[in-house]
Amino acid sequence: MGGKHYLPLTDEDRQEMLAKIGVKSADDLFSDIPAEVRLQRELDLPPAISESEVLKHLNSLAAKNKHFHNCVSFMGAGVYDHFIPSIVSHITGRSEFYTCYTPYQPEISQGILQAIFEYQTMICQLTGMDVANASMYDGGTAVAEGAVMGCGATRRSKALVSKSVSPFYREVLRNYFSSRGLDLEEIPVKDGYTDKSELEKMLGDDVASVILQQPNFFGLVEDMDNVADMIHSHKAVFVVSVDPLSLALLKSPADYGADIVVGEGQSLGVPASFGGPLLGIMASRSKFVRQLPGRIAGETVDSEGNRGFVLTLQTREQHIRREKAASNICSNEALVALGASVYMAAMGPSGLREVAGQCLQKAGYAREKIAALDGFEDVFPGPVFKEFAIKVPGDPAELNKKLLEKDILGGVDLTPFYPEMKNTMLFAVTEKRTREEIDSLVRELEGWK
Amino acid sequence: MRKSKALIFEMGRTGRQGYSLPSNDVPDKPLGELLPDKMQRSCDLGLPELSEVEIIRHFTELSTRNFGVDTGFYPLGSCTMKYNPKVNEEAAALPGFAFMHPCQPQQASQGALELLYNFEQGLKELTAMDRFTLQPAAGAHGELTGLMVIQAYHRHRGDHKRNKVLIPLSAHGTNPATVSMAGYEVVQVPCDDRGLVDLNALKEALDDTTAALMLTNPSTLGLFEEEIIPMARAVHEAGGLLYYDGANMNAIMGYTRPGDMGFDVVHLNIHKTLSTPHGGGGPGGGPVGVKERLIPFLPVPLVDKKNEEFYFDYDVPDSIGKVHAFYGNFGVAVKAYTYMRMMGAEGLKQASTDAVINANYLMSLLKKTFYLPYDRICKHEFVLSARPEKKKGAGAGDIAKALLDRGFHPPTVYFPLIVEEALMIEPTDTEAKETLDAFAAVMEMIAKDIDEDAEKVAHGPYNTVVGRLDEVRAARSPILRWEKES
Repeated sequence: MGGKHYLPLTDEDRQEMLAKIGVKSADDLFSDIPAEVRLQRELDLPPAISESEVLKHLNSLAAKNKHFHNCVSFMGAGVYDHFIPSIVSHITGRSEFYTCYTPYQPEISQGILQAIFEYQTMICQLTGMDVANASMYDGGTAVAEGAVMGCGATRRSKALVSKSVSPFYREVLRNYFSSRGLDLEEIPVKDGYTDKSELEKMLGDDVASVILQQPNFFGLVEDMDNVADMIHSHKAVFVVSVDPLSLALLKSPADYGADIVVGEGQSLGVPASFGGPLLGIMASRSKFVRQLPGRIAGETVDSEGNRGFVLTLQTREQHIRREKAASNICSNEALVALGASVYMAAMGPSGLREVAGQCLQKAGYAREKIAALDGFEDVFPGPVFKEFAIKVPGDPAELNKKLLEKDILGGVDLTPFYPEMKNTMLFAVTEKRTREEIDSLVRELEGWK
Repeated sequence: MRKSKALIFEMGRTGRQGYSLPSNDVPDKPLGELLPDKMQRSCDLGLPELSEVEIIRHFTELSTRNFGVDTGFYPLGSCTMKYNPKVNEEAAALPGFAFMHPCQPQQASQGALELLYNFEQGLKELTAMDRFTLQPAAGAHGELTGLMVIQAYHRHRGDHKRNKVLIPLSAHGTNPATVSMAGYEVVQVPCDDRGLVDLNALKEALDDTTAALMLTNPSTLGLFEEEIIPMARAVHEAGGLLYYDGANMNAIMGYTRPGDMGFDVVHLNIHKTLSTPHGGGGPGGGPVGVKERLIPFLPVPLVDKKNEEFYFDYDVPDSIGKVHAFYGNFGVAVKAYTYMRMMGAEGLKQASTDAVINANYLMSLLKKTFYLPYDRICKHEFVLSARPEKKKGAGAGDIAKALLDRGFHPPTVYFPLIVEEALMIEPTDTEAKETLDAFAAVMEMIAKDIDEDAEKVAHGPYNTVVGRLDEVRAARSPILRWEKES
């Protein structure tokens, strides 16, 4: 039988225990399951295998995949190949952290509670917000919940989202809104940027939230001048989705008037993992704290006056408020948030600026080189952080196939999300890329067709 | 010895660094040339400056101030805190899984797709469902996805009256919260004196506005809903659907399956039943399975296979869309799949058998000393009431604190709401008889302590790194982040 090493009971134990319970057999403990619904056969699953066999099997599956260790990646669109210092996995691999539950018993959970409190503080520092939660599932659900928060805070039921917000996130947002019967309208994009004059026209006193992304999905840094004023003049809530790493260089969202900051935290030392687990970031001004979804750690004192940490403001949450809760979220991505804290602590202010700076420089270098190639076009001029859109002379899928032969993960094809942008790809360049790697991408592009 | 631990912001010194990065090897341009001044950050980052060893010691010390399944017995009811096999972690950390980009070409992702495909086959067999989506990142996320699918199904049939979801009083808080999030109204269904859903009350509550019944079976009381067949029939006859909250699936693997009980939609908590760790709150995984007629509404993409090639299928015309930016918590799925392969059919059934033996055994030991409101065979967990102890001066919460002093994680307290001073105990399948005996002995000692000096018990714990924390103060004057003293 499989998994015996995880199941301590021996047959003798079971017999003794059943006798103590006062039943003859284990089957008697299942006699409350009506016969009509009892499974009359064994489950039809692949046979149990040993640990060495399972590792062999998993290794053989993993070997069929390309990944950042055997390819050079220029893929982005929300998930990036950034360097992850060794200490991150060593801390998240400490089983006191990864085998504990949500810290309902604070006196024996000070480790994870303090770590969450520190994470919240770091997110507040980066974003300029007053309060952050312990995490959401990912950037997509953070955007959706941020928009819903705006509806709760304003008691209105309509949101405007820029078409320059990640299409992956907009799809989640659309779903959350349609299910709740909330209205969602998309703000058009002009030359890759949110069309501010359109935004102004669409704004009205029925709008709860306006969602923008910085840098936007095309990698461009949006001009946030006057955006907050425009939104606030209608008493709507300004939600911005950010790449937290970019905040080492880019203006803090608080400084351009954002009310709620959400985003994907994968760039903070989180393995890409084929798109999950990721890290949803959620922070806001203090006036929205009662609408914040999810866990929040807070500082308090113990019976002797020592500083300690607890989960707090739980009257927002599902286990207390039930149908009146701010959200249904229970499990989150706490361990991923811990990893992000370790990453931010390791990088510190200078390391984070260095990483962001190298992204900016290397993306700039790659963009210039690629745009100079015959048939390749830099479609949206303007400042970018670490990715940029390029129109290529042919089918992006074909190009990626060819790049893959050279162990290069090429760009993300934008056509499925923006049919009007035919043959356009999004290339991301992180601090991990060397000049040589960028040059060899450029050579491959040059030799194509 | 009690003491606070310095915050990371109170440590380090300007100029220390905890990273090592290669230098930039492309021609350096002035920052202003790449990023206009007005777009640049103008305030400090406010992050700490520490060397690597200081960071490691800080977080290592924090970890010693934390209790996990690897530390000791963790009978937190409803959470299935079973052992998290180490091989799961090793598998998920393989670079061929951990460092894949979600948008990379499918031909370069065949191993991952094959794993997802095979994992789905296993989940289908385990639950008697016809298709699964692995996108939901947690149980509550699965609930929301499931209700969205149910909503899409009713809307597609042009049935727009159905705006209510029925939930038993014993349900998890996520159920009613999810119902609201999906834009539905909650209708509470009472339990009878056996602790089971009151079938007559359910029938009365059903009408043509019922979208679904959400049910956890076995319930949060650890009791199997014996009348599941007439319940399912009644819901279906009223035109509603049955939603299975899989939080308690660890009790029934290989014995019965939600699909065979009549459920139309299922979510599983793979971080419970399939042994993946809880990570201090997450990441989890909440795959959602449905019966044939609901497949057209599942989120995209689904994973399929054609001529030995695996692929993402986006061609689901009535799909609700997406609930996660990508494919959900893939890394968690790798762990759960690893566990399923190690256990096989027989191992999974044995896990449920042992979970149920452990729970009934512990219940039989504890009911001598503590009040057991529903005294019948339980499944994977049972609920005691500390009402008598509370009258003496120390309730469920105080018993929990007393357990901390004796090296055990306490049960879930004050839930389910239908039991006063509830202590919800779930020992799981991965605990030895000796552990249960030791736990029961400690519980008896605590009961004695309450008889002798309830006041003392009410002020515990005494042996933890901090004393009882003032949760009221934390909520009344919230300090939610560290701030630099000005």
